[in-house]
Amino acid sequence: MHHAHYLIVGASHAALSALHAIRLHDTEGDVTLLTRDDSLPYSPTVLPYVVSGRSDPGRVFLRDEAYFAEHKVNYLRGANVRNLNAGANAVELADGSRIGFDKLLLATGAAPLLPPIPGLAGLKFHVLRTLADALALREALPQVKRALVLGGGLIGMHAAENLAKGGVDVSVVELQPHVLSGYFDAEAAGIIEGVFSSKGVHLLTGKSVASVAAKGAGCRALLADGTEIEADLLLVATGVAPVTDFLAGSGVATERGVLVDEHMRTNVANIWAAGDVAQARGFFSDSRIINGILPDAVDQGRIAGMAMAEDPGIKTYAGGVPLNTYSFFGEQAVSVGVHEGALDSSGVEVKKQVDAAAKRYLKIVLKENRLAGIFGVNSAFDPGIMWELILRAIDLGDEKLAFLRSPQDTARALMSRNWR
Amino acid sequence: MGAAYETIYFKADACDGCNECMSACARAKAQSDDQLQSRIQIVPSGEGFELALCRQCGDPECVLNCPAGALAKNAGSGVIAWDGSKCVNCLLCTVGCAYGGIAYDAQAGHVIKCDMCAGDPACVKVCTTGALKHVKTARIYNEVGNLEDLFAPGLSGCQGCNTELIMRHTLRRIGPDVVVATPPGCIPGMGSVGYNGLTGTKVPVFHPLLTNTASMLAGVRRHYKRMGRDVMAVALAGDGGTADVGFQSLSGAAERGEEILYICVDNEGYMNTGMQRSGCTPYGAWTSTTPVGERAHGKTQDAKNLPLLMVMHNCAYVATASTAFMQDLYDKLERAIEAAKTGFAYLHIYSPCTTGWRFPSDQNIEVARKAVETNFVLLWEFNPRDGLQLTHPAENAKPIDEYLEVLGKYRHLDPDQVEHIERTLANNLARIRGFAAAKGTASAEAGRG
Ligand SMILES: Cc1cc2nc3c(=O)[nH]c(=O)nc-3n(C[C@H](O)[C@H](O)[C@H](O)COP(=O)(O)OP(=O)(O)OC[C@H]3O[C@@H](n4cnc5c(N)ncnc54)[C@H](O)[C@@H]3O)c2cc1C
Repeated sequence: MHHAHYLIVGASHAALSALHAIRLHDTEGDVTLLTRDDSLPYSPTVLPYVVSGRSDPGRVFLRDEAYFAEHKVNYLRGANVRNLNAGANAVELADGSRIGFDKLLLATGAAPLLPPIPGLAGLKFHVLRTLADALALREALPQVKRALVLGGGLIGMHAAENLAKGGVDVSVVELQPHVLSGYFDAEAAGIIEGVFSSKGVHLLTGKSVASVAAKGAGCRALLADGTEIEADLLLVATGVAPVTDFLAGSGVATERGVLVDEHMRTNVANIWAAGDVAQARGFFSDSRIINGILPDAVDQGRIAGMAMAEDPGIKTYAGGVPLNTYSFFGEQAVSVGVHEGALDSSGVEVKKQVDAAAKRYLKIVLKENRLAGIFGVNSAFDPGIMWELILRAIDLGDEKLAFLRSPQDTARALMSRNWR
Repeated sequence: MGAAYETIYFKADACDGCNECMSACARAKAQSDDQLQSRIQIVPSGEGFELALCRQCGDPECVLNCPAGALAKNAGSGVIAWDGSKCVNCLLCTVGCAYGGIAYDAQAGHVIKCDMCAGDPACVKVCTTGALKHVKTARIYNEVGNLEDLFAPGLSGCQGCNTELIMRHTLRRIGPDVVVATPPGCIPGMGSVGYNGLTGTKVPVFHPLLTNTASMLAGVRRHYKRMGRDVMAVALAGDGGTADVGFQSLSGAAERGEEILYICVDNEGYMNTGMQRSGCTPYGAWTSTTPVGERAHGKTQDAKNLPLLMVMHNCAYVATASTAFMQDLYDKLERAIEAAKTGFAYLHIYSPCTTGWRFPSDQNIEVARKAVETNFVLLWEFNPRDGLQLTHPAENAKPIDEYLEVLGKYRHLDPDQVEHIERTLANNLARIRGFAAAKGTASAEAGRG
């Protein structure tokens, strides 16, 4: 049986960030990093651009063989973990082989969550999470005239845009009253929806699919309100769920994801989890959440790696802050933090500036003089500085009015003074 | 050892908000007059200004956040490079940067960030106030860091000792073909001459008397020269041994043009033997022999200007230096080493003493920096051909209080004494400026045969 001091399952952002942190502190300790994919590491976030052709699938890799050689990492591809035996400190792969470990990181991310729609199980449909998914979608495109996308979240919207750019007639069905409800309020989403509509994308919000069935080479969907939609291609993007199936019976505690403490450690002392698979404390809530974003996977991966390598410089995880950046048809939307609705209302101030015609939107949410959320469409500010202002709970003090008036410059000045 | 890199340094106090740097950047990088296209952004902050600029982080989060492999730190230059052919415009890099160093440029339609202009930043060139500086000190760490430290580890200097830093840096740069003389003082005191039959250096070292350092070194150098060997003769001496009892042999060797590099580590007194005053102790300073009490208020005489005395010997090279300005120190060290091949080179390095001057041991470099920024210490260099030149601007000096108030040895000063010190500093500056104005003459150039 092969044995690794550090075994990392997964080869995406959380895994690579952990590896980086381990190697900063421990240049020699034996590391095995594995993925069920057959390629070098890549990011799920880049996949919509592989579908559209903007990214060359041969040039999206995050690391190359030389990196692994230089850092003395045993990189295994096509290695699908089927089972974890925590008591025996070993994982079992789909081919029956076993790998032992002293310390294990679970960085298996998330996989598409399929909705319980009657008829879906027997149907040919697409998802978008792996490079293979993206290539299959790209290959299907030339034959597609009409596409149906289930889910108006980030993945669905990215896919819809890139399908539309490829000349496809796209419909998006979203259960919530507006798209991207995880990050934007109705007004900001309205601006985004307007842009999509102007590009010919049909957004069917507040609607649910009652059933789907095959129709020729494509499909036909029946919505709960009786509408029928036919399409040559069906893309399911209704959400994702952490990949934890292989943990059944392992003794590692899970809820929706793998439960971890503020150093990303699971209930088993030599096993950590980070990224989309982990359920860790939220910054704005006491309960443990799945944040499911790339920057958090990087953050959590670093903390897990430092913990595994016993780096004394380790800091505790501050808690997940919801945030995202979203480019669509050349426009930019950014969301950092929480909306007023998520906060207990005392001491909350909201300032909104909207110019829908100019596709411009800015909302700032303050709680007790500190930034809680900032949301923009085509509004300039630095998300990284805003995130830090939230994490550091910087009191805006006398700067509050200036901040509300010009958040970018004021935050930059605050940063320059406070970070010193 | 990891590599160090060049960097752009911003001094907020000096920035007057002229924004010329932004114009220069926009012109250089976007052929545009629009300051929004500048990769360096100066922002107003209260009465002053602050900046948003890529720090070229050592462990960059923007790179880890990029899903497309479009950002990478160049191991040679340290610059984080952006590859437009891979970028997908997702803006996740801007989430990773807490400095506003990579931001979306609406006109360009993608993120922009500083690339250091291939080692010649356009913004720095147009900055007239000194707010922006292109710091190339990295060269020292890369080149000198790889040289062998010629002192043994574990010397027993006081906590936070600046002198140990000076010893290790200078000898490392001088290299192994050397004989070192360390007359009585902190330098041998902390173990560099060794004990129990071992030396504290990895090169030959000896312990002359306080009085004969320069003359013994003169003999050592002449001896090796006669044998056809190019061995440097170097003194690492304190200010007491140099300015006072060692001065006659120093003066003689300098006057004869002996090929010696004499490094005076000036901690303004006999710190090793219990903090007695020396000829280099400044006016007003407390020492154990210039006590502070009901009637006494510290030293009643000014320090002698030792480096200037050495200029009057028309040495091949004379300079003052400080560990707070390493690039300057190394430049001078290199010139001093060169000069000592043909004549007498004298380097006077200020060395704040945590124990004897009474300040916290983690503040040494700060104290050294304040000494220079308040003009308490002037940095300059001299050679017979070019005369004397200030190497650190003496204009816009900070108020002297900023220096005096951090040192326990000046805690007792009354306003009259502070005024005296200010007068002394003004006189010193005027004198040095006078020398600087009187450029070298042909007669000086002739030197000695
Ligand atoms: C289309 C799309 C667009 C996105 N856009 C954004 C965005 O704009 N902003 C943002 O912040 N986030 C975005 N995300 C989410 C972001 O990609 C994830 O948050 C991030 O990739 C999480 O990283 P991770 O390392 O935790 O997991 P993943 O990236 O999911 O990687 C999991 C790794 O584990 C491996 N693995 C899983 N199970 C096994 C197993 N049993 N055996 C072996 N290996 C296994 C996989 O092969 C993979 O290498 C997007 C995601 C998608 C799909």
